Amino acid sequence: MVTVRFFAMLKGLAKTEVKEYEISGPITVGELKELIKKDFPALAGLIDSRSLLVSVNQEFASRTTPVKDGDEVGFLPPFSGG
Amino acid sequence: MPELVRIQQEDFSIDDEVKKVMAVSKGIGGVTIFLGAGRDFSKGESITGLDFEHYPGMAEKKLADIRERALRNFNIIEMGIVHRVGKIDIGENIVLIVAASAHRNDAFMACEWAITELKRTTPIWKRETTGKGDVWVSETP
Repeated sequence: MVTVRFFAMLKGLAKTEVKEYEISGPITVGELKELIKKDFPALAGLIDSRSLLVSVNQEFASRTTPVKDGDEVGFLPPFSGG
Repeated sequence: MPELVRIQQEDFSIDDEVKKVMAVSKGIGGVTIFLGAGRDFSKGESITGLDFEHYPGMAEKKLADIRERALRNFNIIEMGIVHRVGKIDIGENIVLIVAASAHRNDAFMACEWAITELKRTTPIWKRETTGKGDVWVSETP
């Protein structure tokens, strides 16, 4: 099981904070994005945006970062703290 | 020293945070603080309230990392960082950075670097309440 977490405006568009995916073997962040685009059409325009960051197990990740069973993947809109 | 770097809902005391940092060393001769506060306007719109969300665990880790890098890369003695989350009224405290060094210039430089780095690397998001509804802020100037 891979746990995907949406934050800020993504959470509102997806209408959920968390989505879990069963995967049969390791995939990449890019492949996970394709699954998410199918399940959440409202996110399709944002998910490939260069300003959207992705984390795997709370570390910044790239499109090619592997995602395996048990991982937590965060989809992070541009930050606005401070 | 985990209590020097944290995320919390409740307000903080600037005086208490400065004292905590200063208690670390008698060699501290200068302290610079950055205080971020809730402003009542944004991009020409009136703002009546703010709500901050963070990625629990990752945001704390990023703040601790900023302190560690500041201690490594600047000639400072200690740094404290506190960021609030949840609902924050206009005029209230949002974030505090305290940088302490033997001489003032190092503290000024580290403090400015730390708030810029916080805005760049820490998963915290601000939602503003405006006359047109609640709006997530997607970029920080």
